Amino acid sequence: MSLLSLTGVRREVPLPDGSVLPVLTGVDLDVAPGEHVAVVGRSGSGKSTLLNILGLLDTPTAGAYLLDGEPTDRLRARRRARLRGEVFGFVFQQFNLLPRRTAAENVAAPLLYARGRAFLTRGRAAREVLDRVGLGARADQVPERLSGGEQQRVAIARALVRRPRVVLADEPTGALDVETGARVMALLTEITAETGAALVTITHDLSVAALAGRRYRLEAGLLAPLDAPADLHAATAARTGTGLVGTGQVGAVPPGEAPA
Amino acid sequence: MIAVLGVLTEAWGEVRVHKSRVVLSLVGVFLAVFAMTTVTALGLIVAQVQQEQAERAGGRAATVSVSAFDPATGLPPDPEEWDAAVAGLVERHGIATAATISWADGLYRLPSGTRLVSTRRVTPSYGSLHRVVPIEGRWLHEADRTSLSPALVVNEAFLAALGVPDLSSRPTVVLGGPRPVRAAIVGVVREGYGDELVVYRIDRSGGPWDQPAAAGAGAYQAPPSLELWVPPEQADEVVATVRNDLQLALPGVQVDAWRVDSEGMAETLAVLRLAIRGAGVVVLVLGGLGVLNIGLVTVRQRIREIGVRRSFGAGSGRIFAAVMLESVCATAVAGVAAVGASIVLVRALPLQDWLGQGIPLADDPGFPVAAAVEGLVAATAVGALAGLLPAIIAVRARVIDAIRY
Ligand SMILES: Nc1ncnc2c1ncn2[C@@H]1O[C@H](COP(=O)(O)OP(=O)(O)OP(=O)(O)O)[C@@H](O)[C@H]1O
Ligand SMILES: [Mg+2]
Repeated sequence: MSLLSLTGVRREVPLPDGSVLPVLTGVDLDVAPGEHVAVVGRSGSGKSTLLNILGLLDTPTAGAYLLDGEPTDRLRARRRARLRGEVFGFVFQQFNLLPRRTAAENVAAPLLYARGRAFLTRGRAAREVLDRVGLGARADQVPERLSGGEQQRVAIARALVRRPRVVLADEPTGALDVETGARVMALLTEITAETGAALVTITHDLSVAALAGRRYRLEAGLLAPLDAPADLHAATAARTGTGLVGTGQVGAVPPGEAPA
Repeated sequence: MIAVLGVLTEAWGEVRVHKSRVVLSLVGVFLAVFAMTTVTALGLIVAQVQQEQAERAGGRAATVSVSAFDPATGLPPDPEEWDAAVAGLVERHGIATAATISWADGLYRLPSGTRLVSTRRVTPSYGSLHRVVPIEGRWLHEADRTSLSPALVVNEAFLAALGVPDLSSRPTVVLGGPRPVRAAIVGVVREGYGDELVVYRIDRSGGPWDQPAAAGAGAYQAPPSLELWVPPEQADEVVATVRNDLQLALPGVQVDAWRVDSEGMAETLAVLRLAIRGAGVVVLVLGGLGVLNIGLVTVRQRIREIGVRRSFGAGSGRIFAAVMLESVCATAVAGVAAVGASIVLVRALPLQDWLGQGIPLADDPGFPVAAAVEGLVAATAVGALAGLLPAIIAVRARVIDAIRY
């Protein structure tokens, strides 16, 4: 059974002039446990909207979203919040670390909303995960003192500290240079694979998408498989490590949009 | 349980991280609570002192004074008749306390020579009617009427004139006159201006020294005046009926009755307290607006952070509680500090000199507990009120907008 299942999901947002903007017009997507799925799409295509719906931060206007086979449209706000904390870990483009709180405090923060042992042992858990992302030595530093790549590694540690079943990453490399981005992505892929968490990555970057087992393009509010030969070339290049910034992207990215 | 711990941990984390902001907003609350508590405390102390002083001078509300003397001779009525008449009066009208005072000259043999002191001859009940509280020893009681030596309650100046520091040596003084007698000093009161000598003595006693002749010819003895403590609303009625009743009971004696307490004192004090409280509330509201303002500004800056916490699984309840609690914790701490500072200040002020107008106060007015409690409650309430709006804003913030960049 799918862990996450979207069927015919539509999302419309009301505009100030009274009209509605259809962002998602009929998205079907299934994510199995431990799977890595990538979604690419141009800016404004609704990628973040899709991810927010998956993470129970937003609700579809129409269509079904089943989590563990259970419909999510009837969930009460409290239970939605609980599930959000327990099932998902979020990684944002802008890292979104809590300012002026140390790396360890940031990583422990999600456990403030956990119960029982997880809450009480949050400090130790945070340090363990920080060790895993290679920042054990920087645990007591505030994010303002860390580089972008290090901040995103802290964010990854934070997304993983509650042992989520799904990690939702919204352009995790968007604010990083290509090389750092590649290393952060490699870490994220590796560590989610280790913990058995599914990973849904949203990206502009085809080389990032290439790391995923399944790839989609979001266009005109619909998801379509991303398997044009050019894309495969990029994916192969990424996998073999011969070129993280493949020229193949030129063909895959619609004109007028530059990769981040 | 874990949820409560979680909220507290979170709120504490917030306070710690936003130290400067918290301190800044607290300065306002601190000053407001400090000002309010101090003003209220001083107001209550002043009111209390004024009330005590007024009561010591004129008796409690309402005190009716009754005097009686024979218009032909100027002499007081016969003591037995007077007592009987007063007893009947007290019983008929259900009067709570009745006291008699008369002024009589007394000669006291002090180390510096014999002094003539106008002595207050009072019934024991005079003490409670005028809130006389001895600072040492005791007040007069019924047994003093049958005691073998007269009992005296004097002020500190008298004690000083006698050359003794306190009552530990069981001081006595010789009352001069045709039949000198040694009187025991049984109590000390704080009264009188400067070195004025004040002596209270039981109104009458059975001893031979207390016969009219004993005071010596020409010694002045004023007619007694009776003081009645009655409910304020009955005062006017009592004035009228008492005059009639006593007139009937004591034929040939002229009876006068009038009210002697500072009428309207209670109302004046109530107005004073209300004004003080009003001023305190205004100051506090201003401080609260400061907290609210800072809270509103920062909650907007923290919308993103709140969105991130939502992504951790924070429900509306947790978001609300955290923002609210942060505000309440902070102002409560400020309140405690402000009340503490206020207590220190009020204790350090020379209130004795300011309020006593030279007369030392019978007892040191303590810091009014009501003012302290009020300060703490007010600080916490301001925190809750000022936290409410930011908390609502935080809860209503749309998560998706919050984490959008
Ligand atoms: N609450 C909203 N109000 C108005 N418009 C919205 C709202 N949410 C999303 N949109 C619009 O929906 C579209 C999709 O937004 P979304 O953030 O999902 O795009 P995206 O693919 O993540 O873009 P980017 O790559 O720039 O992050 C955009 O045109 C955006 O302006
Ligand atoms: Mg986006």
